[in-house]
Amino acid sequence: METEQQQHQQLQVDLGNLMAFNPHHHFPSLPSSRENLVKECLKQGTELVQAIADNLFNLPATEDVDGPIVKLPPPTTRLPREKHIPKPKPPTKWELFAKARGIKNRKKDKIEYDEQTGTWKRRYGYDHANDEDNVPIIEAKMTDEPGEDPFAKRRSEKKKHVEKQEKNRLQNLKQAAKFGALPSHVQLAATALPITGTQAMPKKVSKDELGNVAGMAATATASGGKFDKKLAGEKPAKHSRKYRKFLPVVEGTGIGKQEKEQTDKVLNQLLSKNSHEILNVNKAVNMYNVKKEKKKRNREEKSSATSSKLKPKKQFKKPLKKGSSKKGKAK
Amino acid sequence: MLKVKTPKTGKARRELKKRAPKLEENGKKTLILHGTKTSNVLNSVLTQIYHLKKDSAVKYSRKNADIRPFESGGETSLEFFSLKTDCSIFVFGSHSKKRPDNLVIGRTYDHHIYDLVEVGVENFKPMETFTYDKKLAPQAGSKPFIAFIGEGFENVEELKHLKEVLLDLLRGEVVENLNLSGIDRTYVCTAVSSNRVFFTHCALRLKKSGTIVPRMELVEVGPSMDFVVRRHRPPNESLRKEAMKIVRDQPKKVKNVSQDPVTGKIAKVYMPDQKVREMNLPNKAKGVKRERREAKRKNEGNEHASKRQKEDS
Repeated sequence: METEQQQHQQLQVDLGNLMAFNPHHHFPSLPSSRENLVKECLKQGTELVQAIADNLFNLPATEDVDGPIVKLPPPTTRLPREKHIPKPKPPTKWELFAKARGIKNRKKDKIEYDEQTGTWKRRYGYDHANDEDNVPIIEAKMTDEPGEDPFAKRRSEKKKHVEKQEKNRLQNLKQAAKFGALPSHVQLAATALPITGTQAMPKKVSKDELGNVAGMAATATASGGKFDKKLAGEKPAKHSRKYRKFLPVVEGTGIGKQEKEQTDKVLNQLLSKNSHEILNVNKAVNMYNVKKEKKKRNREEKSSATSSKLKPKKQFKKPLKKGSSKKGKAK
Repeated sequence: MLKVKTPKTGKARRELKKRAPKLEENGKKTLILHGTKTSNVLNSVLTQIYHLKKDSAVKYSRKNADIRPFESGGETSLEFFSLKTDCSIFVFGSHSKKRPDNLVIGRTYDHHIYDLVEVGVENFKPMETFTYDKKLAPQAGSKPFIAFIGEGFENVEELKHLKEVLLDLLRGEVVENLNLSGIDRTYVCTAVSSNRVFFTHCALRLKKSGTIVPRMELVEVGPSMDFVVRRHRPPNESLRKEAMKIVRDQPKKVKNVSQDPVTGKIAKVYMPDQKVREMNLPNKAKGVKRERREAKRKNEGNEHASKRQKEDS
């Protein structure tokens, strides 16, 4: 009995998932046949299921028509989420502005007094109060321009207003998409964003980049795009380098001089660059030095010849008679 | 230019709302599909798993040539199917000479593969071969009991992983209220050896025991099979951290408020700095602007000096 109780305590029961786990059981020796194995497993399983039931049926239950209903505790085994946690929506531009100014939303009535008919009508939608489109007469003002239809002006202004609002909405949604907090029912088309999950928006191609590509394509003809038919609104290809200019060679009054000046300038530049090469100072100095040394050496040889010749002659006379005669011949 | 695209019908809008990420998630749906080749055994394994999870599963019956979950590039179409069907658990069956009767069970996070376990199926016994009192047959979609037996589930890395995946696959939706008369089935998973798990599905027979807790009896209703663990890929550590995040929905701690038996609720109020300087005025009169006044005061001395000089000369 005691051992059984100990075993019960060692079981891990996760009531939220109705799961029980016996981490201590192991087969001492594998059952010989399949039936024995299944029997053993069912026996162990029954124990575990009984352990779950013990916990489950002891929970406080409320009676219902269909049977007793118990409130399960949250699961203790942590399992990964299916999708990411929803991200908070970034505030729209208006919300930021309103917060800075301290503007608060006020509720408006659903119906409004219509001054034309003197009745109460809905504020927005079909047949709404103070509808500007239904005004039959617009009084002329001093500031009105002649020849302008005030009704058409009003209509176009309203259209512009709606377009602007649509643009603002798109901008705010783009911002939300950047944060990955797009509302679930909205998709930004042309990018095919997934329904959920996050994906970076593809980079928008700038006007310059598009122009460059178009320019490159245009120059891919034999004439470099010079004689091609231009499309409406297409600009001629930009020439990035300088054009070569030739000045007249014949001397005249105005530009003629410029040509000479130009060549003179170039020549002067060349000359001034190489002017130091006309006299190579190093070389000159070297030459002068060498000459001076030669002269000096010649003079020294003449003066030393008389004194130096006598001494070795005296020494060599006795051992070598032939040498002296040879020397005399060489001289 | 981007365009705002919204569903045209209310039904579509509700469907998208169901799929959006939420704080409290719906139960995970299971996608069941197979590769180019499947054996008879595997076909019936897949149908019976589908049968067990009929209320929250989608079964594809076509061959899928380009799905190889363990290889890079082989998961693209699988992730696409997961997105399309909004399933975050998949069971993929394939049969080859190298890996006969192969089942890949995996989970996805944000419709990208989170983890994978590959098991081989052996000793499969389909539902039809079991004979039992049909009154006991479990009802579709009832919340199951799950029993894991064996130390292998704690000591061996692969089995530990398999246990988590099996629990996620089998547990069904997380519920708060449970009808006690509706419990009628249990799954039993036993770690027989270090790489083999015996899996069976049983009906529950509740018998009187004299106390409030009935005595439980298991009746095998099938299917039953052996899982032999082959390859497995645990989740990336950073992804795991991301996926395991929980949101604390506990209320914020209330500061500076106390209860007094005589006077009732007592609160301290601290006035924040009023920031009068930064406040926007209703109308910006020219004279009220600070910069202009200050600039004037600063330049006063200089201006006079220059004027005087002019007068002198």
